[in-house]
Amino acid sequence: MVEIDWYLALSAILFTIGALGVLIRRNAVVVLMCIELMLNAVNISLVSFASYHGDITGQILVFFSLSVAAAEAVVGLAIIIAIFRNNLSVDITRINLLRW
Amino acid sequence: MATYAFVLLAVLAIATALGIVLNKNTVNSVLLLVLNLLSVAGLYLLLQAQFLAIIQVVIYAGAIMVLFLFVIMLLNVDDEESLFDKFRIRYLLAFLLVVVVFGQILYSLGGVAEMLPEISPEMAQVGTVEAVSEVMYTNYLIPFEMTAILLTAAVVGALLIAQFKIKKDEEDE
Amino acid sequence: MAEAEVNSYLVLGISLFMLLNSAALTVYAERRIASFIQNRVGPNRVGPFGLFQPLADVVKLLLKEDVTPIHSYRFIHTIAPIIPVVTALMTIAVIPFGEGIYVTDINAGVLYLLAVASLGVYGVTLAGWASNSKYSLLGGLRAAAQMVSYELPLGMALASVVLFVGSLSVVDVAASQEYWWYLFLNPLGAIIFIIAAFAESNRTPFDLVEAEQELVGGFHTEYSSMKFGMFFLAEYMHVVINSMLITTFFFGSYHLPFAGYWLPEMSPLAKAILDVLVFTAKTIFFIFVFIWVRWTIPRFKYNQVMNLGWSKLLPLSILNFFVIAAILFALNAA
Repeated sequence: MVEIDWYLALSAILFTIGALGVLIRRNAVVVLMCIELMLNAVNISLVSFASYHGDITGQILVFFSLSVAAAEAVVGLAIIIAIFRNNLSVDITRINLLRW
Repeated sequence: MATYAFVLLAVLAIATALGIVLNKNTVNSVLLLVLNLLSVAGLYLLLQAQFLAIIQVVIYAGAIMVLFLFVIMLLNVDDEESLFDKFRIRYLLAFLLVVVVFGQILYSLGGVAEMLPEISPEMAQVGTVEAVSEVMYTNYLIPFEMTAILLTAAVVGALLIAQFKIKKDEEDE
Repeated sequence: MAEAEVNSYLVLGISLFMLLNSAALTVYAERRIASFIQNRVGPNRVGPFGLFQPLADVVKLLLKEDVTPIHSYRFIHTIAPIIPVVTALMTIAVIPFGEGIYVTDINAGVLYLLAVASLGVYGVTLAGWASNSKYSLLGGLRAAAQMVSYELPLGMALASVVLFVGSLSVVDVAASQEYWWYLFLNPLGAIIFIIAAFAESNRTPFDLVEAEQELVGGFHTEYSSMKFGMFFLAEYMHVVINSMLITTFFFGSYHLPFAGYWLPEMSPLAKAILDVLVFTAKTIFFIFVFIWVRWTIPRFKYNQVMNLGWSKLLPLSILNFFVIAAILFALNAA
């Protein structure tokens, strides 16, 4: 059986990759996808804790996090479509109308 | 056996995650994310969370990622140049920041290393549908109902944001 | 334990073999029934009654040139036809063909079916996108929207069945219909499920994905040779699979109607043979219904499809779910 450390390490690596993606990518859709990746990384650690403690509560939290992720993706994509309609681009460096 | 499965799935997850970040083509990124989500679902199975594994496939791979794909195909934007064709100071800063984040996570994990749980004897049937539902519909009933409101609000909000502007005279018809 | 494993591998092998063959036979049946409906003869040259026509078709498809458009996304263009075939084959894992004759019994089998069905969208959508042709893209987009929309009423109809069973295992769903089929207990759910299954398998009246008059060939316009053959195969495998699902969830699976009341005790072997025969007969009937509907009913317009899915079937299925839940709650409380 795998120790829990490995799951936590995997979760940390995935979270970091997701954060890197959010920071360096300029396509808004990919940024949203990287946020989903980070949410997933957190979910892995929650599920591993739930399983290793034998306590279901962590999995319930993951369920809620899934529904929040769904809501976030829907609203995020709607915003991207609205931006694309005005800007004809989803490059986040060009969405600078309200920037000082 | 479980160890080999873990290594395989973990390597797949990390490789696809890197692929998402480094790939130039957005549709490829979506497909890699789908693979990533499937491998995470496999990890859930290894952790005896069958319900979550299947829900992960249904919600993420089946619904959310199709939505992403749909939006990308609809907008059809691929104007981002490759990441590494020229050096940017931004990338260096981002990389340093990410290294700091990773170090911090590892440090905080190292701080609680001796408190980490061993394998629990109840682990075997922890994630079945019955077990999850039993807790969710008793202790967490109100949060569960709240997610319904959250999702409804998200759908209505998304529709309001994304639809074409309705002109005044069209509204009157 | 060892015996059970051998048994389930045996079931898996036979069912996969039968599924692949039945897809080929369904193609033949479709052409014969279509020509019967249109007062023609249909394929009758290859073999007795033209039964070997599918073989001839496969040879023809294999010998054709495999064309990939220059500006297509070659990798995705190549893997897209594999996805619907794989998801169709994965479905077979949880369907019970008789009492104790199943490949595996997952305790979330119904959710597994929904998960696999939702993955099938990718094949069609990616095929449309990767071909880099506007007709294909429109077909792919239509497919994505249609299949995602009709998954919801499909899921709600399944949920209303699960209310009766109290278990998400497909084996339990099948076993619990020994006395009453869910067609009789939940007729609205059955109708919704059948309509949604038609939409999920992209068959007429919901075949806007490949509407010939509007989109040339829809998502598979740019496909030829065996890649097209894979889509063709997948479509008919989905017809077979959806017939099996309709049978399993609403038409008593492997039980004869009200079998629990009148069917005498039988030896295990005879019971197994009877079960499989009954299941096969029902599946064949629904395959026939699929073909029959295709050559009888004209195609919807796309706005009508979306309208039907979102503003008719979905509220109706939710209402159905609520009413059944309330009735069952009242019965259990009493």
